[in-house]
Amino acid sequence: MSQLYEAIVLDRVKQPRHAGRPAQFDAQGQGANRLCGDRVSVYLTRDGTMVQHESEGCAIMVASADLMADATLGKTPAEIKDIFESFSHAVTTGTENPGLGELNALTAVSQFPSRIGCATLPWRALEEALQNV
Amino acid sequence: MSSTLDFNTAALREDFPILKQKVHGKDLVFLDSAASAQKPRAVIDAMVHVMEAQYANVHRGLHYMSEKTSDAYEEVRDKVAAFINAGSRDEIVFTRNATESINLVAYTWGRSALQPGDVIAVTEMEHHANLVPWQMLRDAHGTELRIIKITDAGEIDWNSLEETFADGRVKLLAVTQMSNVLGTYTPVERLAKFAHAHGAKILIDGCQAIVHRKIDVRATDADFFVFSGHKLYGPSGIGVLYAKAEILDVMPPFLGGGDMIASVSYAKSTWAKPPHRFEAGTPAIIETIGLGAAIDYVNAIGLPAIAAHEAALTEHALAVLANIEGLRILGTAQDRGGVISFVMKDAHAHDIATLLDRQGIAVRAGHHCAEPLMGRLGVTSTARASFALYTTREEIDALAKGLERVRKIFA
Repeated sequence: MSQLYEAIVLDRVKQPRHAGRPAQFDAQGQGANRLCGDRVSVYLTRDGTMVQHESEGCAIMVASADLMADATLGKTPAEIKDIFESFSHAVTTGTENPGLGELNALTAVSQFPSRIGCATLPWRALEEALQNV
Repeated sequence: MSSTLDFNTAALREDFPILKQKVHGKDLVFLDSAASAQKPRAVIDAMVHVMEAQYANVHRGLHYMSEKTSDAYEEVRDKVAAFINAGSRDEIVFTRNATESINLVAYTWGRSALQPGDVIAVTEMEHHANLVPWQMLRDAHGTELRIIKITDAGEIDWNSLEETFADGRVKLLAVTQMSNVLGTYTPVERLAKFAHAHGAKILIDGCQAIVHRKIDVRATDADFFVFSGHKLYGPSGIGVLYAKAEILDVMPPFLGGGDMIASVSYAKSTWAKPPHRFEAGTPAIIETIGLGAAIDYVNAIGLPAIAAHEAALTEHALAVLANIEGLRILGTAQDRGGVISFVMKDAHAHDIATLLDRQGIAVRAGHHCAEPLMGRLGVTSTARASFALYTTREEIDALAKGLERVRKIFA
């Protein structure tokens, strides 16, 4: 029953690597799920060397935010857009993509249609942050 | 078996075809009846029967089928009136659901009987359905909206109630009879006396309470009482507004159209008497007849027996949930029913719901259409288990076992 809640996801929830509001950042974006009250803020620097998130919500959302920060660190906006597209495809179809690395841990969310939005919420916040750079 | 006294849950469960369904290969444990209850065979059959044997539009035809259908439809008005002990069948207005009933009152009574500056008071534990229509009335008509506080236990704060009414401007107290989040029953008789003593009317949101307790609008002295059919084992799409005859008599219509008029010309139309003044257009005929069957079903079992069964389940659930490490139940009202909201130390409500769902257990997770109450309780969402006449003790034990697994995953 807990295929979705496997080690990688739980580890990120219990010990996120990129959580918290940084003292300095160039842009931020917000995500909120009206249905469940989940909220996330994503902060980044213009040169792409810092991506942080401040998450309040379910395990899927928090893990996705933290894994997203890993995957997008140092990437250009165009590269981030490609990763998000691959990730969206993976979590919608359940097909793993070797290029996504640890983000593949979230592909099992495809079996829980009502939760796919949890996985993509931080990415929408990141999109907004990129527009605000 | 799981019976309380002479309450035979196993036999009653046979009446609900859906309870035999498997979910993710597991027996369905349905603990989300407060959102919408499952339907007994009697309701399903009654609705199928209308369509197969007895269907035409109501109040229109002079032919056999229309007369038969009109009779069956209007007979439900009598059943509803008796079920809540209304003084007259003409005090029963059919709507789509309780939300529509409250909107009807806000739109017609609110704009005609209230003046700008008059106050409507609601409590902190109202469903959005008993909050948003009053905000809309405030914004459109210039009335004021005040919020009565609740205590940490989840009961109405009587001091706050008195303060709210102190300046004599409150004209309506709109209050739930049972919180859909905390399970708290409110003392509606006492609240009605209080409102009336202060020159205000009372609207009671009976959506949750009517499923578990005998409703008597005359003993309570309710001015308005609303509920939805789908929580009472009936179909969706049918709700009820009860209002005292003298109030309905002077209320202007809500929606215009067929069936709600006395006469129509190009220059002017006049309105039918209540209740038809408030039932424009072809109503939910099949659903209304389904509601009648649901009331018959509940009456045959008896609300006192249902209440006793559910009280025993609630007591058991509160005890077993209290044993789960890190689980916190929200609300500790003295008078409470089988709606239990909880949070867990490390697991978010949505993760709880997803993990339980994989075990076949359906609970609600989220803000339960009560976002301001979530803020008052200091949470963004909760998980909620709610019980019905078909709920068993074993299902509550399955919930507890499922929650232990959730706890271990996040420990």
